[in-house]
Amino acid sequence: MARRHHHDSFHHQDSDLDRFRFRIGVAVALVLITFTLLFARFFWLQVIQHDYYTTRAEGNRISLVPIVPSRGTIVDRNGAVMARNYSAFTLEVTPAKVPDLEASIDALSQLIEIQAKDRKRFKKLMDESKNFESIPLRTRLTDKEVAIIAAHRYRFPGIEVKARLFRQYPQGELASHALGYIGRINDRDIETIRKAEAEANYKGTDHFGKSGLEQKYEFHLHGQTGYEEVEVDAAGRAVRSLARTPPIPGNNLTLTIDTKLQAIVEQAFGERRGALVAIEPSSGGVLALVSTPTFDPNLFVDGIRSDDWEMLNTDPDRPMINRAIYSAYPPGSTFKPYMALAALELGKRTAQQVMADPGYFNFGGHTFMDDKKGGHGPVDMYKSIVQSCNTYYYALANDLGIDNIARFMAPLGFGSRSGIDIEGESEGVLPSQEWKKRRFKRREQQKWYAGETISVGIGQGYNAYTPLQLAQAMAAIANDGVMFRPHLVKHITDSRNGEKTQIEPEPIRTLPLKQQNIDTIKRAMVGVIKEGTGARAFAGAEYEAGGKTGTAQVYSLKGSTYNREKVKSELRDHSIFIAFAPADKPTIALAVLVENGGFGAQSAAPIARMALDYYLLGKKPAGAAVEDSAAGDENE
Amino acid sequence: MMPFAQLRHRLWHGLVDHIDVPLMIVAVVLMGIGLASVYSATYDSNNRFFAQAMNMGVALAVMWSVAQIPPQKLMRFAIPLYIAGVILLILVMLFGVTVNGSRRWLSVGFTRIQPSELMKIAMPLLLAWYFHKYETMIRMRHFALAAVLLAVPFLLIAKQPDLGTALLVGASGFYVIFLAGLPWKIMFGLIAIGSAAAPFAWTLLHDYQRRRILTLFDPTSDPLGAGYHIIQSTIAIGSGGPFGKGWLSGTQTHLEFIPEKHTDFIFAVFSEEWGLAGNLFLLFTYLFLVGRGLMIAANAPTLFSRLLAGAITLIFFTYAFVNMGMVSGILPVVGVPLPFVSYGGTALLTLFVGMGILMSIQTHRMLVKK
Repeated sequence: MARRHHHDSFHHQDSDLDRFRFRIGVAVALVLITFTLLFARFFWLQVIQHDYYTTRAEGNRISLVPIVPSRGTIVDRNGAVMARNYSAFTLEVTPAKVPDLEASIDALSQLIEIQAKDRKRFKKLMDESKNFESIPLRTRLTDKEVAIIAAHRYRFPGIEVKARLFRQYPQGELASHALGYIGRINDRDIETIRKAEAEANYKGTDHFGKSGLEQKYEFHLHGQTGYEEVEVDAAGRAVRSLARTPPIPGNNLTLTIDTKLQAIVEQAFGERRGALVAIEPSSGGVLALVSTPTFDPNLFVDGIRSDDWEMLNTDPDRPMINRAIYSAYPPGSTFKPYMALAALELGKRTAQQVMADPGYFNFGGHTFMDDKKGGHGPVDMYKSIVQSCNTYYYALANDLGIDNIARFMAPLGFGSRSGIDIEGESEGVLPSQEWKKRRFKRREQQKWYAGETISVGIGQGYNAYTPLQLAQAMAAIANDGVMFRPHLVKHITDSRNGEKTQIEPEPIRTLPLKQQNIDTIKRAMVGVIKEGTGARAFAGAEYEAGGKTGTAQVYSLKGSTYNREKVKSELRDHSIFIAFAPADKPTIALAVLVENGGFGAQSAAPIARMALDYYLLGKKPAGAAVEDSAAGDENE
Repeated sequence: MMPFAQLRHRLWHGLVDHIDVPLMIVAVVLMGIGLASVYSATYDSNNRFFAQAMNMGVALAVMWSVAQIPPQKLMRFAIPLYIAGVILLILVMLFGVTVNGSRRWLSVGFTRIQPSELMKIAMPLLLAWYFHKYETMIRMRHFALAAVLLAVPFLLIAKQPDLGTALLVGASGFYVIFLAGLPWKIMFGLIAIGSAAAPFAWTLLHDYQRRRILTLFDPTSDPLGAGYHIIQSTIAIGSGGPFGKGWLSGTQTHLEFIPEKHTDFIFAVFSEEWGLAGNLFLLFTYLFLVGRGLMIAANAPTLFSRLLAGAITLIFFTYAFVNMGMVSGILPVVGVPLPFVSYGGTALLTLFVGMGILMSIQTHRMLVKK
């Protein structure tokens, strides 16, 4: 046998060749066997089963036409509609079937109105899609237009009128960063569909969630595609319908968002850039997710016009950025309550301990100044929060050290994604020695300097968090350390049986904090509203709230994506405010940030006041044009 | 001045000296079948007949050029081609263009290339060279290293994911190792291990790949999705009957029931229109191609040329078997074209490079003997 040769390197050429030829012989046998197998298969199909397959081929005048299900609707917590569908006739063109596209469109424009923008959008869609797809040329045809086209249909092969469902966002720009939008399916979406094993279900579908909830809950909203068995004639045209498997509509989303609260806040922002996130502490449900400026998601549905797209993308205020979850800002003094809590928990301070504030803090030959000239005098923890005393926190940060700070803050959600149910969240920056090592390449930059810890203590320095993270931490304290994952969808309603699936009803963790310490911090934050930096904004409030002002310096930007040129022209600080209310049993916790809004008490706190006034008392700000349609109790 | 007759004589010889006539006849026959089928599949919408004719012209020119290179010179390309192939595959992994969920293409300015195609030639070339180098002292470790050299591109391609091409590249390398004398004991051992590991490999497959295998057993389970291809192509073949419906008369084809009808599923078009008779003719043509190739391998003068010719020929066979098998519903659907028949420039080019190498091995052998 041939195998002997492997153990014997002194063999002959001839026996080598013989062995090779033997192996060739084996290969020939393999080829003959497999080809015989193929022949047997052909014989089976083409002779024995021939009649059966002939019948099937003749019966194969049946083609399966997918029926796209209607997409699930999205409503707010009170049932106000945020996304729905409407049916409309569209004029669609299949470019591959049209001999002379330009001439046909010109001829069509003699019959019905086809504007330049329609042609432009059609061109754009054509570039993005495959040749044999049918592409809308005109949407929302009137009955008269449908009749005209029908009468002239014989003149236009490859052009037809179809009834289609269109997505509509009746509240326009409201909450667009949470809702997101749908657009035509592209290559990346196809990959997503393939990964989800949903190719068959997307036959015939040509829209896909591109951002926000529309994207995250795409497979819930889409529904189950049905199909119609259609008999076709020899030319492949549909003759009659034989059977129909109806589609199953997509599931409906009920959000935790309160659109009226959302609207009041968006109006309060006006032209200003910024974000607000309000969370129900006892569930993690997001009551409002505001990022201004906003955009109109309706623009994207039929394929966005290039000039609209251009405008959204070149706007210096960058409306497409979701500031609430993507942009990270230094928290400023809103960081102080957490620093104080860390001091209590780690035993570095007691609430009663008093330090003398001379108005500055010296460290390593560098002087860190307090805001108040001459200092706040004797300061205990309560006063340090109420009056926002910097010196107290310079010393505290130095005593704690950066890694203790980082270890304490991380479980509150600082510096990591919250896991909210929309894409595009950023991590922010929770600085630590290890973080700096990862962040910087050069060795000399990797070293952490004790002086850097001191500015971290007052929420400046490398610190940077998203408004969502600020709100999440506030909610955690308000709820006495029991943390929920922030989420926008309250429940998903199955379209078939009305069954509701609750989203995130369980807490993700309970922070091991002493209740006494939490109460100390909460009391101090109530003090801020009553007699401290937030007192003016909350003058005359009919409820007890806790809060903290903050100011984020814009002198340097870490981990942020702003355009440097622009920052230089607008060096005003960002105004921040965090709050919870009512103080004894909080039903809402929030964080507001107004870009270049100056001091926290100046721009952010009044917006927080309006939000709380509405949410707790149903009070609308003077001059607010918020429609009062949806019934129901907001504080359920 | 050279007399005209002499010039003509020289030109003629320059043109045909390195052409193997039997192989050329097979190529012409298969190209004819290919053109007729591509025409039938595409004439009523987007006609690809002329594009395919152009592809064939280019591929023939390349084949002719390759046939001029003596096998000894081919050996020199073994390492550089293999290394270039692996580097390109890594580049694909990093910067490749994703088409239909697979990252197979590399964008090079004006066009896109598919490096996995190159590997179909580079792989057997390298292994043939390698075994040739250690001809008189092939031991177990040589087989082991050969297996590693084979595994690298195989895994890179399988990861794209392109299971069809990965299997072809894997097979091309395996054929060399097999022909170089991999002991039977090991081969059966590997088969045993392979079948034992199959359930594990199953978990590594992509969902769509698993679905393709499952739908083989029950195509009706997914009538809108993967099963549709198999159902429609078996109907096309079966309804073709003993003698077919006649050229351009396949209803399955012309009512657009066959997907990818001018590329991977072109056999369904051919089979519907030419019936069992046509299939038999096609099978015999391939059999003749494989027979001629293996004959060239058996008579080649060096181990390098024997192994290379053998592996290339068996790859032709594998293409043909896997494609006809999947279209007729006995193998899962993987992206393998019907050799020399399916529409597509890249695949055709690779096939004709292989053809050119076979011709080179055969014709230079005769020159050596002279």
